[in-house]
Amino acid sequence: MNYSQFLDMTPEVSLIVLILIVFFYDLFTEGKERRGFHTLTCILLGIHTVLNIFPGQDRELFGGMYQAYAMTDIVKTILSIGTLLVFLQAKNWLRRDDTRHKEGEFYILTLCTLLGMNFMMSAGNFLMFFIGLELASIPMACLAAFDKYKHESAEAGAKYIMNAMFSTGLMLYGISFIYGTVGTLYFNDIPTALEGTPMQILAMVFFFAGLGFKISLVPFHLWTADTYQGAPTAVTSYLSVISKGAAAFTLMVILTKVFAPMVENWQLLLYVVIVITITLANLFALKQDNLKRFMAFSSISQAGYIMLAVISGNAQGMTSLVFYVLVYIAANLGAFGVINVIEQKAGKIEMNDYNGLYQSNPKLSFLLTLALFSLAGIPPFAGFFSKFFIFAAAFSEGFYLLVFIALVNTIISLYYYLRIVKAMYIIPNDKPIAYFSSDCSTKISLAICTAGILALGIISAVYDGLNLYAFGM
Amino acid sequence: MNILSFFVLIPLLMLLGLWLSRSLNQVRGVMVVGSSALLLLSIYLTIDYLGLRSAGATEEMLYTDSYMWYAPLHICYSIGVDGISVAMLLLSGIIVFTGTFASWKLKPLTKEYFLWFTLLSLGVFGFFISTDLFTMFMFYEVALIPMYLLIGVWGSGRKEYSAMKLTLMLMGASAFLLCGILGIYYGSGAQTMNVLEIAALHNIPLDLQRIFFPLTFLGFGVLGALFPFHTWSPDGHASAPTAVSMLHAGVLMKLGGYGCFRVAMYLMPEATQELGWIFLVLTTISVVYGAFSAVVQTDLKYINAYSSVSHCGLVLFALLMMTRTSCTGAILQMLSHGLMTALFFALIGMIYGRTHTRDIREMSGLMKIMPFLSVGYVIAGLANLGLPGLSGFIAEMTIFVGSFENADTFHRVCTIIACTSIVITAVYILRVVGKILFHTVKNPHHLELTDATWDERFAVICLIIAVAGLGMAPFWVSDMLHDSVNTILSAHLSILK
Repeated sequence: MNYSQFLDMTPEVSLIVLILIVFFYDLFTEGKERRGFHTLTCILLGIHTVLNIFPGQDRELFGGMYQAYAMTDIVKTILSIGTLLVFLQAKNWLRRDDTRHKEGEFYILTLCTLLGMNFMMSAGNFLMFFIGLELASIPMACLAAFDKYKHESAEAGAKYIMNAMFSTGLMLYGISFIYGTVGTLYFNDIPTALEGTPMQILAMVFFFAGLGFKISLVPFHLWTADTYQGAPTAVTSYLSVISKGAAAFTLMVILTKVFAPMVENWQLLLYVVIVITITLANLFALKQDNLKRFMAFSSISQAGYIMLAVISGNAQGMTSLVFYVLVYIAANLGAFGVINVIEQKAGKIEMNDYNGLYQSNPKLSFLLTLALFSLAGIPPFAGFFSKFFIFAAAFSEGFYLLVFIALVNTIISLYYYLRIVKAMYIIPNDKPIAYFSSDCSTKISLAICTAGILALGIISAVYDGLNLYAFGM
Repeated sequence: MNILSFFVLIPLLMLLGLWLSRSLNQVRGVMVVGSSALLLLSIYLTIDYLGLRSAGATEEMLYTDSYMWYAPLHICYSIGVDGISVAMLLLSGIIVFTGTFASWKLKPLTKEYFLWFTLLSLGVFGFFISTDLFTMFMFYEVALIPMYLLIGVWGSGRKEYSAMKLTLMLMGASAFLLCGILGIYYGSGAQTMNVLEIAALHNIPLDLQRIFFPLTFLGFGVLGALFPFHTWSPDGHASAPTAVSMLHAGVLMKLGGYGCFRVAMYLMPEATQELGWIFLVLTTISVVYGAFSAVVQTDLKYINAYSSVSHCGLVLFALLMMTRTSCTGAILQMLSHGLMTALFFALIGMIYGRTHTRDIREMSGLMKIMPFLSVGYVIAGLANLGLPGLSGFIAEMTIFVGSFENADTFHRVCTIIACTSIVITAVYILRVVGKILFHTVKNPHHLELTDATWDERFAVICLIIAVAGLGMAPFWVSDMLHDSVNTILSAHLSILK
């Protein structure tokens, strides 16, 4: 065996090293020594991100078991930046009395899921893919149930693991169909042998169901609202962006690379799923009063938009997908950052509590407004650009009606995003949430998110850069 | 640096200045300096443009410039102006300038108010200088969203409802528009987003035009208060604070007419010829329906808002008549309506600020109490009903003369129906003037009211000068518009031959 191949897996290897360092630090330190734990983890994760910031060559290792493209490396970097932001926002929560002693577990579990996603994205074989997916799912259930003495949190974890098991079962079943009809599980060998027989179509649908669960597309979304609401806010934000982004990218790669001969089948499937996902999620989001639940439905509909890039199946679609995920990380984590800090400092999470927030906390309200405007796709914020590119990608393949339906849905989504803006600015309130100043790490993360929201769209270099590495069918 | 880029740069600097300012005087200072700079710049641009044209410049657009922005999608920051855009920039310059003075005493949260106000004007100016579909659309949306907060926070009456209704309807329209724009881009072979280049290519297949022309026209038309999608306008105008009504009726609604002409009709002439009649019927309804609705309203702002529906309907009506004279008239009407509606809303705001009511049944004899405002109101009213010597006459005259050039029965009938609006306009204007300005003062509290202060007088006088100027000396404007209208219409005329 040629061990030098491990050197081509730098994103995974450095992440494993990082996990080990955090693990041993957690094991061998006590009391006062642990004060720097958060800073240390963030710095190490930052180093990991910087080490992998330059994408490598397209490469195949271990006989095709591990396939990585330059684009995969970029997505991995984007996701680790997102994870870093989540860690920065989690500090408040990890300093609480009931979570303080479990700080290390949070880091290790989160990084393990990140490692799982990395493997999932660069899998070259369905088994490898499956292992990655499981590594990303199982620790996630622990994270969702992290506040274990809280009833909702435990419920969130249980719901997540039940749904994950069910969808995993479906997916394995699908993979077995593929093996049965094609005789191989290597991504490289499957496309030539695929003929689009009913059995293979069923396999594709089952496989799609498994990933659809991770991306929380309708009809696999039923866990989302409860899990998002019950899980600690830091975990919710991680679930809503990182896990979703990784799964969406993987789905696109596998559909365009492996299921390429069945393009008509999966485009039809996606078409239906997109329409019901966007519409249903938007309609449910209209009536939500709990902000985490609200963000859950908002994120389901955002997932529907991401799928518009997947359905195009071309290089333009991939560029817009990665760009969308990047912008979505900035905007969604910006929104969650504010929600999280208000939850920690004031203990409030209902939309009514935000009434008149602008009077007492103008800066936070302004940041939340920017994030929401970006999510709604309003210029000059980055969300407008990413939405436009997504629509353009789907349009380029002739999905006129689909784009139109999605566009009409943006209006519904604008309504519910404006509800929060209305609460903060317009509805009068005698006793708004009192002024507080956020801690340093929250400030840093919000600053990064805001910079992203403002700059990613205006500066075209990011999109142009992604475009260089994109590939499609 | 291109002179046109200053129209974007100055509002950006104003935003920065406002963000940094700490006191009310600093905020006002930034606004006065910035809006005067914009006004002067637009006047300078007009003079320079006329100079270049008379010196023999024959290009379709002048001051053109283009910077590549998103190369993979051929999105450029490309700018350029022709006579129509210059006229619109001048209009916007005047309205933003006077709007600043009309909201001089606005409270609370003055700084935030002006931030959103400036963002709105940034969108408006950016829209008129753009020649790239994407940039145009982006600025269009930049101009829309501040309306939500401007109406919602600083408005009056049913402000939350109106703000939400306005935003959702206009953003809904922009969804249609985005679909239309993508259709134009991919329909024309996906090599450029530049309006001029797409027009030169002239290769969008007819079956795609049939889908995307209605979408684009409707998208812009909603902002131009096209029946039956005009319902945002009365509510929005009635709830908005004074300067926002001015800017919205004066400039923002012009984005609709301008976009219909520049994008929908210019780029898809075949579909315009084929499907234009549907929209012509709708605009004819707008014109008459708006005027009739204004007759029965009792709220000053509602009267004016419905009058705007009628007059903006006339803009789209004249554009769809597609003769040179009528299209020139349409642009003149945009200018004229922009100025006189701004004047109207400014005066209504000032009267409301004193009497605290906009119900015409509760006011009478105001001429004795506040002569300056009342005279201003009469002038605005007369301009609105088309008195010769003021801007309204020039515009409507040109429109109806131009429309009569279409000799077939359908266009003739539409023209005759639309002509009746002139009479109805006179009815609602004179009714209001008679009711609120003359007679004896019924409400004793009104006797203690004062006339306009210096900042209000300044705003009103500026607008009256502009309205009268356009009415007395219209030729330089109509000459300036004529060539540009010709260029856009030439595609249509070549089809008819």
